[in-house]
Amino acid sequence: MTEITETFTEPRKKKDAVSRFNALALIGIPLAAILFQVYVPQFVKYLSYLELPLLVTVYFALMRRSPVAGVLIGAGIGLAQDSLSSHPLGMFGIVKTLVGYFAATVSQRFDVENPVVRLVLAFFFFFFHQFFYWVLSRALLGQALLFDPQQTLVMALLNAAVAVPLFHILDKLKITGG
Amino acid sequence: MELLLNRYRNLTVLLLAILAQLVLLAYQVKSNGEVRLIRVWAVTAVTPLARALETGRSSFSHFLNDYFVLLDVREENKRMKRELDRVHMENQYLRTELDTADRAKSLAIFQAHSPSKTVAAHIIGNTTGSGAKTVIVDRGSTSGIEKEMAVITPDGIVGKVVDVYPTASFVLLATDPTFAAGVISQKNRVHGTLKGQGGNKVIVDYVQNEENVEQGEWFYTSGDDGIFPKGLPAGEVTSVHPGRAKKEIILDPSGFQDGLEEVLIIVEGVHAPIPDTAPSNQQVHFQAPPPPDPGSIPAANPTEAGPMSDADRIIDRYRQIGEQEKHVWGERGRGAPDFNISLEPKPADAAKPVPPKPGDAPAAAAPKPTPHP
Repeated sequence: MTEITETFTEPRKKKDAVSRFNALALIGIPLAAILFQVYVPQFVKYLSYLELPLLVTVYFALMRRSPVAGVLIGAGIGLAQDSLSSHPLGMFGIVKTLVGYFAATVSQRFDVENPVVRLVLAFFFFFFHQFFYWVLSRALLGQALLFDPQQTLVMALLNAAVAVPLFHILDKLKITGG
Repeated sequence: MELLLNRYRNLTVLLLAILAQLVLLAYQVKSNGEVRLIRVWAVTAVTPLARALETGRSSFSHFLNDYFVLLDVREENKRMKRELDRVHMENQYLRTELDTADRAKSLAIFQAHSPSKTVAAHIIGNTTGSGAKTVIVDRGSTSGIEKEMAVITPDGIVGKVVDVYPTASFVLLATDPTFAAGVISQKNRVHGTLKGQGGNKVIVDYVQNEENVEQGEWFYTSGDDGIFPKGLPAGEVTSVHPGRAKKEIILDPSGFQDGLEEVLIIVEGVHAPIPDTAPSNQQVHFQAPPPPDPGSIPAANPTEAGPMSDADRIIDRYRQIGEQEKHVWGERGRGAPDFNISLEPKPADAAKPVPPKPGDAPAAAAPKPTPHP
């Protein structure tokens, strides 16, 4: 194992540490993220590129380090997001369920408190989220949505850039772990 | 089976979650139905928060807007107040200037039409004498001012020069207790002596009780004192009472009516008749246009010719002289016409006399002033 690999795959003790959150934070933060997405772009258009519910899903899944928890968190946030959208319920739910699952799975192997890891994971999961949503829309709903990989990569980068400080702020709300 | 589920618990949960959502999706797509309940819950849960957010945002936004607007309003208000103050000051200044211009114009017109030769002077200060009603004017011996000269305004007498210096003179006002001037009443020609009292009023002394003087009657200078020429307004009788031996007549001196700023000093007085009517309060007397030069030929149709100035008349006269002498204007070697010849009036004009204008009548009827002794 190289040094770089060791940096991202930390000692066993820290890696297994499960972060716990206040129930209020667990409900309030996703709700705030959804509200942000619903409300803020009305006034600040360029903030619509921010996929805060996704970032929150990734964060909680990473911190809980449990795929089941990741699935539940992803499904819950996704369905809540669906319920405030105009498309059928389950689209965001399925995508975010997958994101939650994979994020939780990844968290068992990497030091998810490392900013670089967080940046990369946020970048990857954003791209995955957008791509999978596009696939689902085409496959399940028959919608011919546009998918611009270049634009999606840029947006993924921007979301990843936002994710690092956001995750750092959310770390302050942890009760235990880390 | 239990072992299998435990081993693939995570995957199982994932598959179940995805399957459930796929079924939900399939139901919605297949039946074109709406899972209204979930949406109602979601919207119900989110709406109060969104409303609270919107209320907070709008309140904050309004607060900020109002704050900045109020800041602007406050600044605007300050600016407007400053502007208003400036305009008030300017207005006051212009009013003063207008008053001054009116007075000056009135004075100039009066001076131009007064038979007496006068010098205009500005009052530049008061003397320091206790109780003395004396002012300083900006004309002195260098302007031809001498002691005992009369000082007047278009409204009436003001006082007399008591001290003369090269560039200034002291004028004893008619309200001073030591002032005296001979006056005569307008209606019954009652002679008396106007004296100051130290206040705003003056009296007419030495009028016997038997004499008839009425309230509201005007007194004019009589010319007896050798200072004031005859016919200048002195004041209006405000009260008249019989005294022990003489009448007690109080006058409102007319020369002080509009305050004293500019006065006229009579350097060469000419007596004028006592008018039959009281002087009017008109400040600026607009005279009728001057009569045409007797030597010039009036325009055939004044309405067509329009208002003519003296320069126009001269040009017209020269043009007519040129026509009479058959002079070609601008031709070299011809010299200039003789401008001293008298023009022969055209037959049509000669037969049609110019009717006198209404404004000319008083001037023509005005008595010739007699030189002041």
